[in-house]
Amino acid sequence: MYDTLIIGAGMSGLAAGIRLAYYDQRVCICERHWTIGGLNSFYRLRGRDYDVGLHAVTNVTPKGAKRGPLARLLRQLRLSWDELAISPQLGSEIVFPGVRLSFNNDLELLREEIARAFPAQRDNFQRLIETVVDYDDLDETHAAQSARSRLGEIITDPLLIEMLLCPLMFYGSAREQDMDWGQFSIMFRSIFMEGLGRPHAGVRLILKLLVRKFRALGGELRLRSGVERLHVENGRVVGVRLENGQTLEAKRILSSAGWLETMRMCDDGQPVPAERPPGRLSFCETIATLDVEPKRLGYDRTITFFNDWDRFDWRQSQAPCDTRSGVVCSPNNFDYDEPLDKAGAGVMRITALASHDYWRQLDGESYRLEKLRWYDRVTDSAVRFIPDYRGRVVDTDMFTPKTIVRFTGHENGAIYGAPQKQLDGRTHLENLFVCGTDQGFIGIIGAVTSGISMANMHCLK
Amino acid sequence: MTRDQIRDEVLDILRDIAPDEDLSQLKDDQSFREQLELDSMDFLDIVMELRKRHRIQIPEDDYMNLRSMDSTVAYLEPLMKDIEKV
Repeated sequence: MYDTLIIGAGMSGLAAGIRLAYYDQRVCICERHWTIGGLNSFYRLRGRDYDVGLHAVTNVTPKGAKRGPLARLLRQLRLSWDELAISPQLGSEIVFPGVRLSFNNDLELLREEIARAFPAQRDNFQRLIETVVDYDDLDETHAAQSARSRLGEIITDPLLIEMLLCPLMFYGSAREQDMDWGQFSIMFRSIFMEGLGRPHAGVRLILKLLVRKFRALGGELRLRSGVERLHVENGRVVGVRLENGQTLEAKRILSSAGWLETMRMCDDGQPVPAERPPGRLSFCETIATLDVEPKRLGYDRTITFFNDWDRFDWRQSQAPCDTRSGVVCSPNNFDYDEPLDKAGAGVMRITALASHDYWRQLDGESYRLEKLRWYDRVTDSAVRFIPDYRGRVVDTDMFTPKTIVRFTGHENGAIYGAPQKQLDGRTHLENLFVCGTDQGFIGIIGAVTSGISMANMHCLK
Repeated sequence: MTRDQIRDEVLDILRDIAPDEDLSQLKDDQSFREQLELDSMDFLDIVMELRKRHRIQIPEDDYMNLRSMDSTVAYLEPLMKDIEKV
């Protein structure tokens, strides 16, 4: 009998596992896939290392900072800042027709940029910062308000509203066309006020660190062990059946599989309410390896958020990939002590909204060919905003909504899960809780924080 | 444990939770929260460390007693008086 059984070895499940194992619980993490990470993972293809999911770690505060989510999670997991060794971004940008706003890990730059491009909004932007700073992320009263309507009360230039929403929606809004005010405030602070960074070795460093720590504390990790059924009796989960037929017992279950996905595992016929639909926003990503560092082609930005008209249309893609907007990221362009690649190779990644329904129905050869076709379209769209690197590409790869389904199990390949979050992590069963994407925190720091806080709240106290 | 030994033990726990903090300047009559920027998650860790190290159970309603070093030691004294210092 385990004290806690955790479903999913992604960032949130591993972080929860570390907390519980550290305090002497018998913990088992069951992961359906043959590898760890879920949405944020890594792989090796034709001799090269790649990351999936992670562009950058958010909430990057310098070593020694005591405040903020990064400092808090390091303390909670008993990790030192040096173990993650996060290098800050060089600088990023938001590009709309006719306007380019630069930002980095010093809020002053964005303030100056807005004063330059939107002089009439200078004071309003300052008011926005003050409002966001005052937002209490532990008080849920205003969490679900519309960010668009709150922004409309403060910022009077619609284009600036779109330009501020674009990066924050791309990096964490499960809601179409809008964001929850709470989520907006958290994301605004984590991206514009704290900042972006990346460990030299990428997401694999973070995941391997978490797994090593979990195992060293006596935690058990079972790969290729998907949970098929949660057996319910009298309002409690009493047993867990794995896809391989094995059954396990635990006093409580913490699931990072997603709200809907977890409900479906319960065998008590719990209806899944229609007012709680799964998310619909999914992504594709193109990955290009270059024979040259991007900065030698004139691209020295860490991330470029682009949109080719003055409205930012954040909704399920009607086309296979929505080429009107996207996020370009070069993992080379962080302030590392040593270059990312000793041989001088570069990597460019482009993320765009994509239609799960389209990609789902493709198979085999047609799936492969469509990936090639849309790789080109997405790349052609992005090079309207950044230096053209197409002549220097030596290898490519692409993930689609189908890939997201395979690695996360999220219905519709919903990258940020369901629009309605379960902030307290509770379910209809007294010993079943959710963490991860559908609990409410997004991104690597958010996922780790979710695992920690749900473990603290429901499994330790 | 004596009061001084309990104080040392709490300091050791704080060092564990916040390894980068300088605890030599800690004022015993002032709150941890103001001096060390500890949040509610860190307070849970003080409770959990006491449970892990000494099998002391502290109910949630009593967490407020862990506000400062003075109040913590006063609260823990009856609970830890029979525990041997190792």
